[in-house]
Amino acid sequence: MTTEKQVLDRIERVRRRRAVVREERITLAHGSGGKATRTLIDAVFLEAFRNPLLAPLEDGATLALDGARAVFTTDAFVVSPLFFPGGDIGDLAVNGTVNDLAVCGARPLYLSAGFILEEGFPVGDLRRIVASMAAAAEAAGVSIVTGDTKVVQRGKADGCYITTAGVGVVERPITPSISAARPGDAVIVSGPIGEHGAAIMLARGELGIEADTVSDTAPLNGLVAELLDALPTQVRTLRDATRGGVATVLNEVAAASGVSVVMDEESVPVQPAVTGMCELLGIDPLYVACEGRLVAVVDGDHAERAVDIMRGHPVGAGAAIIGWVGEDPPGLVLLRTAFGGTRIVDLLVGDPLPRIC
Amino acid sequence: MCLGIPGELVGDVEEHTDLAMVDVSGVRRRINMGLLADDHLKPGDWVLVHVGFALSKISESEAKAVMDMLHGLGQAYTDEIDALKESDIS
Amino acid sequence: MRFVDEFRDADAARALAARIAARCEPGRRYKFMEVCGGHTHTIYKHGIEDYLPEAVTLVHGPGCPVCVIPMGRVDDAVHIARQPDVIMTSFGDMMRVPGGAATFLDAKAQGADIRMVYSPLDALKIARENPDRRVVFMAIGFETTAPSTAVTVLRAAEEGIDNFSVFCNHVLIIPAVKAILDSPDLRLDGFIGPGHVSTIIGCRPYEFIARDYRQPFVVAGFEPLDILHAVDLLLGQLAEGRGEVENQYARVVPWEGNRIAMEVIGTVMRVRPHFEWRGLGFISHSALEMAEEYAAFDAERIFDIPGTRIADPMACQCGEVLKGVLKPWECKVFGTACTPETPIGTCMVSSEGACAAYYNFGRFSRERVREATRA
Repeated sequence: MTTEKQVLDRIERVRRRRAVVREERITLAHGSGGKATRTLIDAVFLEAFRNPLLAPLEDGATLALDGARAVFTTDAFVVSPLFFPGGDIGDLAVNGTVNDLAVCGARPLYLSAGFILEEGFPVGDLRRIVASMAAAAEAAGVSIVTGDTKVVQRGKADGCYITTAGVGVVERPITPSISAARPGDAVIVSGPIGEHGAAIMLARGELGIEADTVSDTAPLNGLVAELLDALPTQVRTLRDATRGGVATVLNEVAAASGVSVVMDEESVPVQPAVTGMCELLGIDPLYVACEGRLVAVVDGDHAERAVDIMRGHPVGAGAAIIGWVGEDPPGLVLLRTAFGGTRIVDLLVGDPLPRIC
Repeated sequence: MCLGIPGELVGDVEEHTDLAMVDVSGVRRRINMGLLADDHLKPGDWVLVHVGFALSKISESEAKAVMDMLHGLGQAYTDEIDALKESDIS
Repeated sequence: MRFVDEFRDADAARALAARIAARCEPGRRYKFMEVCGGHTHTIYKHGIEDYLPEAVTLVHGPGCPVCVIPMGRVDDAVHIARQPDVIMTSFGDMMRVPGGAATFLDAKAQGADIRMVYSPLDALKIARENPDRRVVFMAIGFETTAPSTAVTVLRAAEEGIDNFSVFCNHVLIIPAVKAILDSPDLRLDGFIGPGHVSTIIGCRPYEFIARDYRQPFVVAGFEPLDILHAVDLLLGQLAEGRGEVENQYARVVPWEGNRIAMEVIGTVMRVRPHFEWRGLGFISHSALEMAEEYAAFDAERIFDIPGTRIADPMACQCGEVLKGVLKPWECKVFGTACTPETPIGTCMVSSEGACAAYYNFGRFSRERVREATRA
């Protein structure tokens, strides 16, 4: 008779198999940041573009240019609604790109901006978006130095989409990496989680829910620079938790570093309104998007110091140690629940969907 | 099978729509109270919310009775563990 | 959160766990079924099994309304959704449920207008705002959810909204429990009864279980302490040789249920002669359909529905899992051919399906997880 252990071992073997996209058409799940996205990247993009710079799937590629090292990244923004409490698609685009560069250990310098506009889109709205991009760029200390504009027929886009690219320079010998987490390291988050995702869900108005939640969109480069100045060799991994939330980032870290990550539910900071919304809709805040939250894996002996540094910074005031890195089972994220039990925190297949049961 | 969340009534029940504002941990939504017409709800009452409807009025006394029992059990257990630790002189 | 946080207290949990362990007779094993998928979700989400002694096994029952929808019904719904003037609406839970050909998400990607709603009233609002479209609400759920659908239909009738209809898939809890009890290959020692369905039907309908089957049945809440408390009460009944209906969830569940809710169900819907349950087959008098008087709101009458019947995939053992005969990992395709990404059976779709819950939250042995999470 097959034992539970044999079955579970077989499952782990199946999980390591090469990704295959089974769907004939793209579904929304492919854009969720979860398993479907990962499969699409592995089976379609990585398969076609495979090269050593792309393969690690960091938030940006680190390039050697004439002796200097630079990080190059790109991002696309299709948020709906375009304006939401705490920000708009403009500052989101700038902050998102800046953060991708920063977590690769680079000092962000230059951004590009491409606009795909729908016929009929109000110029006033575009001005508002661009003004907030300019303000966000200034706050983050970057310049938007090149761009492009396309207009598509009415109905072919949702008002305004923005694509960006970003370049930053690497000035340190050691840079953080998704695959550098080691057993004994601590996992730190720079503030309460899930506020961007919650703010967007509320702003769409479809759920009829009201709350005072605002997006957490913010540039993290200042915070990252201070952290790396103080702990240049002790910071192993940095990521900004975007779509898919903190749970998705930690799954990526566990998989890339071949370690386990254990989270302590009680120490994960979540605002009451985000908790309330998640309880009401039956979703898990660990999977809800952030746009200005740093997830840092730091040498366990220097974790308190890292938290102190973060807390001294306006965007890191709510920083907390939320877990640690272990050896076994490799590639897995576990949670010690506030209730005192344990469970696995896997990647989601698609977006967290509101549920009734 | 059915996700139900406790929420506090923070407004009056509108006569024609049966809707009333309910607060769940700082999150507010208008919820249909029609199924609880017998309960004569008023602001400050707690209800169980499911798919936009209040299904039952939460009884604070029943909640307290179970809680007191469980926490009493917890306290007794903690005291016992503490006593055990103190008595350990090895 | 009030009425939530206080029922997640770890100190009380340790005390209850100690009492549960003490109540187990040496050498005896106990198998309790939690009927409701919401309980399954709670059990895994909070890691409740970590508190239970080896002797106590929890078996996950059929109370997940998404998991029991047969594939043919999903295909029928997709067929309706593909009519050019239709907006199909349903809860998020339905989006990934596999039919014979497609899920709602697939159909949406292929062009069907399918929208997620939080409440049936939101579906009615969509109908109000789109008078030139036919808006269909794919209604799922047990008696907990049926009154909300019924009230929405009454409202539509009152307002004279004629472009709204319901594709009714509401199911009834008692016939499902009875099917489990009559299943020859199952030995249970008691039930953790569904809490939220009982706010509507009350506790009386379960009395036959105690009377005819001599099984203890404890209606329980959805916080982790509620579940431990229910296990404790079940063991207490067994120790004293009792088999009764007990209400652990009295803070929310009135013994008599909700009179108004039962009345609106009775007004708008009627019991079907029989209905197919995924994995369990046809069960008589186990589901609701729209009453004659509300035919104008009945998608099954309005649309030409193929009435698709698809046999459950041979490899899939959802039925055995739903009845608690098999543990999820004992199914032949569990975790290999059938995963949350590529579900064959519905138990793998809904996060409260027994298989998905076990796959996502419980896949590794308790000892290994315990060892790994030690600080």
